[in-house]
Amino acid sequence: MDLLTFKLILVLALFLLSLTIAAYSTWAERKVASIMQDRIGPNRAGPFGLLQPLADGGKFFFKEDFTPANAEKFLFVLGPALVMFISLITGAVIPWGKSLNIAGTSFDLQVANIDVGVLFIIGMASIGVYGIMIGGWASNNKYSLLGAIRASSQMISYELAMGLALLSIIMMTGSLDLKEITESQTTGKLWGIIPWGSGMNWNIFYQPIAFLVFFVAALAETNRHPFDLPECESELVTGYSTEYSSMKLGLYMFGEYVNMFISNAFMVVLFFGGYNYPGIEWVTQNWGENAAGILSVVAFLTKTVIGILIFMWIRWTLPRFRYDQLMHLGWKTLIPMALVNLLITGAVILAFAN
Amino acid sequence: MKLTNRSKVVSNKEMTLAEKIYLPAIFTGMGITFKHAVRTVIKGAPAVYSYPEVQKPRATIWRGQHVLKRDEEGRERCTACGLCAVACPAEAITMTASERTKEEKGLYREEKYASVYEINMLRCIFCGMCEEACPKSAIYLTDRLVDVETNRGSFIYGKDKLVEKINERIDITTRQSEKQKNAVK
Repeated sequence: MDLLTFKLILVLALFLLSLTIAAYSTWAERKVASIMQDRIGPNRAGPFGLLQPLADGGKFFFKEDFTPANAEKFLFVLGPALVMFISLITGAVIPWGKSLNIAGTSFDLQVANIDVGVLFIIGMASIGVYGIMIGGWASNNKYSLLGAIRASSQMISYELAMGLALLSIIMMTGSLDLKEITESQTTGKLWGIIPWGSGMNWNIFYQPIAFLVFFVAALAETNRHPFDLPECESELVTGYSTEYSSMKLGLYMFGEYVNMFISNAFMVVLFFGGYNYPGIEWVTQNWGENAAGILSVVAFLTKTVIGILIFMWIRWTLPRFRYDQLMHLGWKTLIPMALVNLLITGAVILAFAN
Repeated sequence: MKLTNRSKVVSNKEMTLAEKIYLPAIFTGMGITFKHAVRTVIKGAPAVYSYPEVQKPRATIWRGQHVLKRDEEGRERCTACGLCAVACPAEAITMTASERTKEEKGLYREEKYASVYEINMLRCIFCGMCEEACPKSAIYLTDRLVDVETNRGSFIYGKDKLVEKINERIDITTRQSEKQKNAVK
C-alpha cells in the first residue's frame, strides 16, 4: 500500500469517527444528564435509545429551513458551514495512534505530521469564532449579534490563557510537533525520581496548573457549561443561533460536539500522554508493532471519551457563570496563573538543564 | 418601611480565598452529581414512571374524565334536568332534553332523557361540581385520563364517549359516600 492510499483511508476513517463520536455525544449527553438527575433518558429509539442521534438527524433535515428576509444570505449559510469545517479539519494533525505495519511498511496514524501542529490547532480554534460571529451578524437580529459578540469576546479572552498554558508544555518538549510531544511522554522517570515503565511519563504530572488552566479554557473555547454564555436563553433568546433552523442549527450544535471531541483529543495529546499506555514498549517488543498500534488507538480514544464524559459531568453539575464573572476569571485569574506557571516552568528548566 | 417579615438583608461580603478559586465548591458539586449518577446506574432511576407502559398510580378519588352512569338494568340514569350544567363553573356542559317513547323504556330510567349531552373537555376544570349537583347520581368523575387529541373539535365529548358501555361498567363506588351508596338504587 502506498502512502497516499493509506492517508486517504485514514482521512475517511477520521471523518467518520469524528462524526460518529459527535453524534453519540448528543446521545451520551442526554444519558449523562438523565442519570445525574435520577431519570432514565432517551430509551425509545432502539435499545437504550441508541438510534436517537439518527432520529434527531432525520428531524433536523426535514424541518423547515427558514432564512430571515433581511439576513445576509451567503454569510448566513457560510456561518454554520465554517464551524463544522473548522471543527473537522483540526483532527488532521492529531496523532491518533502509534503506527501500523502494513505489508512491511510502517505508517504513522496521523494524517498530516506538520512541525507546527500545536499552532495549527490553536489557529483553527481561533478561526472557529468566525463561524459564530458571521452567523450571528448575518442573522440581522440584535440578540444574535449580542450573542455572537459575547461568544467571540469570550473565546478570544480564553484563547490567551489557553495559549499561555500550552507554552509551558512546549517549553518542556521543545517542539510544536504533536507527535514529538506525544513521544516525549513515553519514557522517562517520573519527576526524575520515580522509575516507571514506559508510557506513563505524562505531562499532567509535571504541569497540573497548566492543565487546570487549559481545561477551563477548553471548556470556554468549546462553549461548554459553565461557560456557554452565547446561548443564555433567559437574556439572549438562544444567542447567535436564534435565527437558525433545520440543519443549519444542526450544524452549529453538531460542530460544538465535534469541537468537544477534538479539544479533548488535543488535551489527551498534551497532558495525558496521547496514545501512550502503560507498558507500550513492552507490547511493541513482545506482541509486535500492529498490536501496539491498535492498542494505542484504543488507549487514545478511551482517554478522549473519558474527557468528553468529564465535560458532560461538569455541564450537569455547574450553573452558568455570569458574564462579568467569566471575564474576571479569564483575565484576572487564569492568565496570571498561566504566566506564573510559565515563569516557574522556565526557572525549573533552567535550573535542571545543566 | 417593612412590608413583610420575610425580607432579608443582602450581604455583599467579600468571598474568601476558598470561595474565590471555586474549585472546592465545584468538586463538592461534582461529588453530589456523581453520587446521584452511581445510584441511578446501580439501583435504576428512582420515582420515574415509563409513562405509556407504566402509569403513575392515581388516587381513587382522582377527578378525571366523566362518565354517565347506567342503573343495574342498563338504563341511563340521566334525566336531563340540567343541574350539572348550572353548577358547572366553566360552563362546559350542554344538553338537549327529549321525551322517551314507550319502546325506549328499557333505555332510559326516567321519562325525560338527554338526547344530546356534551362536555367540552377543554373548558372543563375537573372540579366535580356536576357530580355533586346531580340528583340522579348519573354523572361521576372517574380516574381515567382524557385522551390526547390533535384537533379542538375532538375534545367535545358526546354521549358516545361519556355514557358507560353496558358490558364495561365503570366502578365509581369508591367515590360515593355511604349515604349516597344507600340512596342510589
